[in-house]
Amino acid sequence: MSAVCFDRVRLALGTRTVLDDVSFAIADTEFVGVLGPNGAGKTTIMRAILGLLAPRAGHIAVLGQPARRGNPALGYMPQARRERGLHLRGWDFVAAAGTAAWGLPWRGKAERAAVDRALDLVDATALARRPLAALSGGERQRLLLAQALLGEPKLLLLDEPLISLDPHRQAEVVALVRDVQRRLGIAVLFSAHEVNPLLGAMDRVLYLGAGQVALGPVAEVITGPVLSRLYDTPIEVLELRGRLFVMSGTQDMERTPHPHAQGGHGNGREVQHARL
Amino acid sequence: MLAYDFMRHAFLAATIVGVLAGAVGWFLVLRGQTFAGHALGHVGFTGATGAVLIGIAPLWGLVGITMLGGIAMGLLGERAGERDVAIGVVLAFALGLGLLFLHFYTAYASEAMALLFGNVLGVSAWMLRVLAGLGLAALAALALIARPLLAASLQPELAEARGVDPRLVGVLFLAIAAVAIAESAEIVGVLLVFALLVGPAAAAQRLTPRIGAGVALAAALAVAESWGGLAAAYYTDWPVTFWIAAFSAVGYLAAGLVGRTAGL
Repeated sequence: MSAVCFDRVRLALGTRTVLDDVSFAIADTEFVGVLGPNGAGKTTIMRAILGLLAPRAGHIAVLGQPARRGNPALGYMPQARRERGLHLRGWDFVAAAGTAAWGLPWRGKAERAAVDRALDLVDATALARRPLAALSGGERQRLLLAQALLGEPKLLLLDEPLISLDPHRQAEVVALVRDVQRRLGIAVLFSAHEVNPLLGAMDRVLYLGAGQVALGPVAEVITGPVLSRLYDTPIEVLELRGRLFVMSGTQDMERTPHPHAQGGHGNGREVQHARL
Repeated sequence: MLAYDFMRHAFLAATIVGVLAGAVGWFLVLRGQTFAGHALGHVGFTGATGAVLIGIAPLWGLVGITMLGGIAMGLLGERAGERDVAIGVVLAFALGLGLLFLHFYTAYASEAMALLFGNVLGVSAWMLRVLAGLGLAALAALALIARPLLAASLQPELAEARGVDPRLVGVLFLAIAAVAIAESAEIVGVLLVFALLVGPAAAAQRLTPRIGAGVALAAALAVAESWGGLAAAYYTDWPVTFWIAAFSAVGYLAAGLVGRTAGL
């Protein structure tokens, strides 16, 4: 059974088409890096899998069933980081934001054990005794991962977990996710706007660009010909000491700040061309 | 002090309202909606003076209009930047309208004073029953929405993915907050609802990093500060509301010092 299966899917935000006629399937124990420049649709694809955005055309199956909101088999780490509740203890934060059912707020034994288990999986039991305000960005990231793991999900959607972390912490987060994914035997979609931190860890890469996607092993997808076809413009991939650089002309595509990042204006294809 | 009926009523009313205001205030502070709470108090002033004008008890106008205002604010949503400006404009208009109603109803200037600065010593047995009934209903509702409310406050996107509608939760919460604000206004007046809603809750957040303990502590502080205010007013003959506001401020500052030495 596939963790995620897109069948000729079209996704749009307002009048802007983000993905058009896209089909791919992700296996149920795969670690897939979701890559592409800002605005290419990484968050949109995750929201569609979560059932928060209905496809305009085509069909999305998640773990063999149509995508639906509130699916307990999905774990999600959103990109937006809130600066609320910083005085709260890590444990309370994980427990509070991880469970959302209506009803009385008392936590039973089973629920407390589930929180402890999720914290243990990401090795954050000690961290969780401290208030969020006293934790570093990488440490908070581990708590967010614990939150996503509550409820024993079969598929984890992690939206830009590496944002605003230094390279050393980035490597730690990637290694931790890879370890948890292998131990639990689950599927992970891990979005990032740079490929290098994920190079050793991911099984395959889902590259988004100009309304289309390419899915496959890094060596087959992050290549000049594939990305050039995806963007409809000449792109070169340079390899230097085990790191990849995706270049359009003289620009490093993954490092250039995107002027229309998440602006949601205009056509995706136009935005791409304007940048390239 | 407790030999007098009005003092016993005042202590009971302060207890009921303190528990509700403390608990609701804790969430209000967590969500960064204290300004909305302040504004709802002012909107309530219009409701109360309007109720007086048409000849019903001010409390009903207060509760009715704050609830409508809370629901409207919740529906307007979370665009924080515009929100403060919109709330400020509505707030000023509401107070102006309240003044107009007072202008038409010129019989008692003391009525206006009671609305603006509270009248805890004038709580009747009937009023006490109403405060208790509304207060319990609001607390029960808060308990029922506590989980989705926490999730939607801390991580709205995650809560949404788990099937919560953050906007619905926000509207329900502001409707509950409106009851807490209306009840607080009966004790300390619309101008000083902060003293019961925000002071104790903010102090509690400085003192404990736990959720359950924080809510309980906020309620306990609000009750203790109200009781202290009543007792101090009894012995000094200064206004109760002054004392409650003073204890609220002292509690907040002291919590900062205690929290800092405890390393929180």
